Amino acid sequence: MPANAIAIAGLTKSFARNRVLRGIDLTLPAGQVTVLMGANGAGKSTLVKILCGVFRPDGGSVMLGGRPFAPAAPVDALRAGVVTVHQNINEGVAPDLDVASNLLLDDLASGSGFFLNRRRMREEGRRIADAVGLDVAMGREVASLSLADRQLVSIARAMAHRPRLMILDEPTSSLSAAETERLFALIEQLKAEGVAILYISHRMSDIRRLADRIVSMRDGQISGTFEGRDLDYAGAVRAMLGHEITEVDIRIPDAGGAVIEAAGMRLREGARPFDLTLRENEVVAVAGLVGSGKSALAEALFGVSAPVSGEMSLDGKPFRPKSPGDAVRQGVFHLSKDRLRNAVIPDFDIARNITLPFLSRHQGALSIMRRGSERATAARMIDMMGVVCQGPRDEILTLSGGNQQKVVVARWLAEPCRLLILDEPFQGVDIEARRDIGRRIRDSAADRATLVLCAEIDEALEIADRILVMSEHSIAGAHRNAEIDLDLLMAQVTDTAPPPSGGAQLGVGT
Amino acid sequence: MSRGFDPVEFGIRYGFLLLMAGLIVGFSVAQPAFMSARSAVFIFQSVAITGILALGVTATLVVGGFDLSIGAVATSSMMLAAYAQVIWQLGAIEAVALCLLMGAAVGYINGVLIVKMRVPDLLATLGMMFLLMGLQRIPTEGNSISTGMALPDGSNATGTFSPSFLMLGRHRLDVVIENLLPLSVVFLIAIAVLIWIFLEMTRHGRIMYAIGSNDRAAALAGIDVNGYRILAYVISGTLASFGGILLAARLGRGDVASGNNLLLDAVAAALIGFAVLGAAKPNAFGTAIGALFVGILLQGLTMLNAPYYTQDFIKGAVLVIALVFTFALSGRRGRARH
Repeated sequence: MPANAIAIAGLTKSFARNRVLRGIDLTLPAGQVTVLMGANGAGKSTLVKILCGVFRPDGGSVMLGGRPFAPAAPVDALRAGVVTVHQNINEGVAPDLDVASNLLLDDLASGSGFFLNRRRMREEGRRIADAVGLDVAMGREVASLSLADRQLVSIARAMAHRPRLMILDEPTSSLSAAETERLFALIEQLKAEGVAILYISHRMSDIRRLADRIVSMRDGQISGTFEGRDLDYAGAVRAMLGHEITEVDIRIPDAGGAVIEAAGMRLREGARPFDLTLRENEVVAVAGLVGSGKSALAEALFGVSAPVSGEMSLDGKPFRPKSPGDAVRQGVFHLSKDRLRNAVIPDFDIARNITLPFLSRHQGALSIMRRGSERATAARMIDMMGVVCQGPRDEILTLSGGNQQKVVVARWLAEPCRLLILDEPFQGVDIEARRDIGRRIRDSAADRATLVLCAEIDEALEIADRILVMSEHSIAGAHRNAEIDLDLLMAQVTDTAPPPSGGAQLGVGT
Repeated sequence: MSRGFDPVEFGIRYGFLLLMAGLIVGFSVAQPAFMSARSAVFIFQSVAITGILALGVTATLVVGGFDLSIGAVATSSMMLAAYAQVIWQLGAIEAVALCLLMGAAVGYINGVLIVKMRVPDLLATLGMMFLLMGLQRIPTEGNSISTGMALPDGSNATGTFSPSFLMLGRHRLDVVIENLLPLSVVFLIAIAVLIWIFLEMTRHGRIMYAIGSNDRAAALAGIDVNGYRILAYVISGTLASFGGILLAARLGRGDVASGNNLLLDAVAAALIGFAVLGAAKPNAFGTAIGALFVGILLQGLTMLNAPYYTQDFIKGAVLVIALVFTFALSGRRGRARH
């Protein structure tokens, strides 16, 4: 039994009313790769930020090599031997400096001496680079290197600190197959040297290749730990996406005519093409891992980015939105995920946040806004969504996450539309608000098609008439939300099910 | 919502207006002549041109941008107005139209540089500032433009400023007292009201504030973010060129040495405006008050015989205090900025 490099016990962290980590117990053994899986908002990045010294925990303890570990700043974590390679490769390097300066950046930051000894730096840099098999000239600017080499620079730099724990956050997301293989070889080498690896990823192929153990996170807690010779990948995904068979009470209405028909859709180069039909009256949920192409599908339908190929039609007419504004004019509405970044206007009150997309509905002569009309709409929507507030003039940021979410959903329910797309509308909201929002979406779903992208299986089961599974930027399965074969659904999510024969009948569903 | 009297909240909202009222009372006690219609009009006139420029820069601040080229646009417009009349011998209407068109075009180019070429706003407008400062002097080889000036080919310029053009900067209306109200003050007030209505009450103003607050969310709500960004720079350029027209009409010549302070004074007025009524964001009313505040302060100090070289120091101090009001005090209320 290898020694534990790091032992975490009862770790908690809250942001305002939002409890992000609710007591994490986790050990990371030396010389093993522990894969951490979790949906958006599960708390992965908060956990990582505590380990690398960006956040301080509210409670709980972390032991590193048997000694208490409480870094006050990223530099403390680095000195103690906890190094992090970020998903965004450019976060780990200074692109305008040369390779040697980057490799020795931490020495430069803390070193004594005033003048640089270039010759000594290059020798030192060469030694560090050789240790990870990075073969580039020390004098080259990092900005001129490939992404993979840039990542190696940041790994090599981390290695110079004799790490005990290395955290890799989605490290392969922008690497080619050969580059990925080189990274994996390096990880094997680190394992052999007794470094504990915490590997965050949703790529099943990476996970199968590397994982010694899998830890699933959900709602700020560890929801499953899987180890042993034959890892239970589907179990790990199920623990991550969660499924507690809540009393799902979905009465599936008769679907109306087709609103959206798409044929031969390819969301990115190399993805398997698929067809899709979305009908009036029905609520369709899309389940899939992070990076499975859910958001890419939504963005193609909303005119944010065009699909690589494929034809779409809306109510039988060709549909090729050039921009979100164009899509809105044609009756396709879309609420993006990550509301604080993509939806909330922080300086606006509730009423103004609700009326934003349809301001012309409330304008009088000379485009002057009619306050009464705005207030009436805001009051109607606040009532319909059950937003808990004192009135439409409350600042949006004074609301809880769930109520903020209700406001930005209300924005798109205020006007009738043909297709409503909601991308992770339950992100960062409590279970009560989730049920509330879900019920209101279903209640208003007549006369339009509704597409809901879900982070968790429970959400999909609670809201949908039909569930589509996405994997590798294509549709891997379709299920009517009645007596669902969850094992098959999970297998499709993890891409371990045989591909369906011919994508054409997928969209029809019922 | 109001839970009794909160002195901090009160200070944030009304502190700056109270400070201004206090200044007026203080100056009036120290120098009774300060409190007269003529003195008030003089203050307004002294801030008319910077005020108009400041209202333009406010539009760019609202969409989260910044326009450093306004001073150079104004002086270019002044030189163009003079060149058009003195050398090309155009009439007042043609000269004004030409200047406004130039301002709008410069604003459009600024907008395109920022939106389409993705040049950061400060750098794009700084570059435009240098470009215009040089360009406006090329046709006259660095000389000021006035009737009778020697032209490069040896002859003298025979054109004159049209009287109706000069009226724009010099005419005074009879309001209560004869020859009291300069036209330029009327323009300032009219433009301030128009910009205020545009930003606060129309759909377009609402959209511009949404862009300044969260441009991603605005784009995803179907708003043409780039179009409105460009519009803001066009408004800024057009108003700056109008300020230049008033300057040319007041001076009666194209003076290469004037207009040096326009940019900094206008920007100061717009930033002081953040503190008025605790808005903590760019707004037209605050900008107008900010311009007025600086005018009152300088007029009062001048009447108290303060030396001219203290002016910039005083302006700087006011600006710093206003920014503390805006960011330190109102930040405590938990307004989210990012």
